Amino acid sequence: MTGKKMVNTYLYTRYERFWHWLQTALITILLVTGFEVDGLYTLLGYKAASEVHNFVGLSWLIAFAFFVFWLLTTGEWKQYVPTTKKMFTVIHYYMFGIFRGDPHPVPKRKEAKHNPLQRIAYLSVAAFLLPIQMISGFLYWSYNSWAAWGLDWLSLPVVAAIHILGAFGVLSFLVGHVYMTTTGHTLFAHIRAMITGWEEIQEGVELEDWEKRQRKGRPAGESKAPST
Amino acid sequence: MERKTVMMTGWAFTMLIILGLVGPPITRAQLEVLDENQAPGRTMAQQATKERQIWITADHSRHEVLQQEFSSGPEVTKACLSCHELAAGQFHKTIHWTWLDPNVPPGERIGKAGHSINNFCININGNEPRCTSCHAGYGWRDSSFNFNDEAAVDCLVCHEQTGTYKKFPTAAGHPVQKPTVFKGNKKTYNPPDWNRVAQSVGRPTRNNCGTCHFYGGGGDGVKHGDMDSSLTKPNKMLDVHMGMDGQNFDCVRCHTTTLHNIAGRTYATPAATHRKSLIEDDLASKIMCESCHSSTPHKPGVKANDHTDKVACQSCHIPQYARVNPTKMFWDWSTAGQKKDGKPFAQKGPHGKPIYDTKKGDFRWEKDVQPAYFWFNGSISAITARDIIDPSQVVDINWPVGSRNDPNARIFPFKVHEGRQPYDKINKNLLIPKLFGKKGTGAYWAEYDWKKALEKGMQAAGLTFSGEYDFVDTRYVFPITHMVAPKENVVTCIECHSPEGRLASLAGFYMPGRDSFKTINIIGWVLVLGTLVGVTFHGLGRAITRGRKED
Repeated sequence: MTGKKMVNTYLYTRYERFWHWLQTALITILLVTGFEVDGLYTLLGYKAASEVHNFVGLSWLIAFAFFVFWLLTTGEWKQYVPTTKKMFTVIHYYMFGIFRGDPHPVPKRKEAKHNPLQRIAYLSVAAFLLPIQMISGFLYWSYNSWAAWGLDWLSLPVVAAIHILGAFGVLSFLVGHVYMTTTGHTLFAHIRAMITGWEEIQEGVELEDWEKRQRKGRPAGESKAPST
Repeated sequence: MERKTVMMTGWAFTMLIILGLVGPPITRAQLEVLDENQAPGRTMAQQATKERQIWITADHSRHEVLQQEFSSGPEVTKACLSCHELAAGQFHKTIHWTWLDPNVPPGERIGKAGHSINNFCININGNEPRCTSCHAGYGWRDSSFNFNDEAAVDCLVCHEQTGTYKKFPTAAGHPVQKPTVFKGNKKTYNPPDWNRVAQSVGRPTRNNCGTCHFYGGGGDGVKHGDMDSSLTKPNKMLDVHMGMDGQNFDCVRCHTTTLHNIAGRTYATPAATHRKSLIEDDLASKIMCESCHSSTPHKPGVKANDHTDKVACQSCHIPQYARVNPTKMFWDWSTAGQKKDGKPFAQKGPHGKPIYDTKKGDFRWEKDVQPAYFWFNGSISAITARDIIDPSQVVDINWPVGSRNDPNARIFPFKVHEGRQPYDKINKNLLIPKLFGKKGTGAYWAEYDWKKALEKGMQAAGLTFSGEYDFVDTRYVFPITHMVAPKENVVTCIECHSPEGRLASLAGFYMPGRDSFKTINIIGWVLVLGTLVGVTFHGLGRAITRGRKED
């Protein structure tokens, strides 16, 4: 690694960490039980698997509502606003720089926890993939009420197919996501940060430059004072 | 004044809140007394049946008319009718008397007495004296039987309670006059003690109904699979309703009766066209499970409640039929007629049941049979001996009506009895053989000549026979609705929600766990494994390059 100075920074608040790991647990259980209900293997037994899946799915739905509330009230939603700035630099880094031991072109900062690649990935997951899973899952669960709700034009196999395809998407994200946690300056730096909240991030000119550029890129009025 | 009003309003509001807080727990506590830990549908049914106060106000043993000397059944019937003047007239209108579907014009000849066919003894035409030992009447020997004769009604077979009244198997519904041995089962049949049986009359019990319905097709458990002699004295393991260690239901507890008309399906007419509970209609027949258990019988939130719109109660609650006695699953008439040393013979196989009989051919018996499942709206369609068949395929003699899109249809369990039986090669219809009769009448069981037997049988039915016959494979279905098992033995979710499960062959709808989307699974795994391979190579690359840098 380069000889840049590392600064211990508080990146993730308690709620964020709690939400992250809760969601990890919920999604893992949902994947395990969901694929069992789909007939891939036998683990809990069909009945238990479907009951756990339903219960956890509904719990996730409720917990996700709190997460959305948190995003909106804290302004953290801005972390998910997609940008093309430095997108290719980041892609280039993961394709080449990382093998040469180059520093990350977009280090984490409290105001910008996500690099452009993460922004687009997390936005797709949180605003697209997960809602699709939640909506299709909720519809699947409420199948018997479709007629009463005027939804009997829906088709169970279509809803199920979307839900299963989404599950593969989530599983695939999980594989990539878990791998990406190892790409910090040490293998477990990112995971440690998500547990303790603190991450060692590089201090230096590049960081300042990025900060400024990023601020300029944001719409007026949205910038906030850097926390110290 | 104003302050007082405000105070009053305040109080009222507080009370309302307190009531709101306290109210629900009270209601729940009251419910819990009745419904400790069991499904509400069970509680409902127990309440509906808890006090069975059926009493009688007549002692038939004291009736002088029943103390006279009797020498035959019709004499007893006349005595019965001297008080119950309308009984025979009522009974004459029922299917138990006519053996014809009461819901179609008699001219269509739908029914045992008509041209309806099964793959057991096929049809009664020409065979009456043998078959009509199960007719609740006396003397139906042939087509000349007078169906308007009130004295020919057999009150005793359904109402006598001594258990000693036996109609002789080949005497057209009459008991014997003197002790007689029936060659078929080598049992001795005794003439009834007429006064005793006549004075014992009461409401029909399982024994009465079982006399015929447990032995349909010529023997114990031959036909139905969910009805045989094991239901005479069942335990709860065999049937939760009829079990003598439980509710001890008689048949008529559910097969409720109006004017001697007994609730139940007759051919294409469902037993009930609605699924009302007694709460919705307390005078409805109790023939449906829903009558007493409601259509959401399980505890709130239990997924099984969501199944009742498409899955019949029986499908989950009768995991197997023929759980005590075996039932016949296959009957091949084409092999009948073989002889040992020039003599007819019978051979016993597993379960102590015959696997071959010169008179009847090959059989297969099974026990603990898993039902087949079909969509069923309560109606069963059937062909008759007049209908054209396609002998190149297995002929469905009858089949359940219903489909996935029929709101009245449910997935329902069935016994499917397979057969091989004669058909007309020229006219392409199933044939009715004359089986029973003396030598010289053409009866197959006396002469073993199919052509003659088929000629005589078709002639008795008033139908034509080309003279050329062969054998064709057939199927006959019976709905499985008795032998409801205790809830511990219910069919589990995975038994249907798996690719090789009980519903594997019921096509036309998506079922989680059973059906999968091939394309989506391929796309999905390519995505997941692709990511895995990608990150693996990326990780390897990092490991290698890092090592190189450190050099």
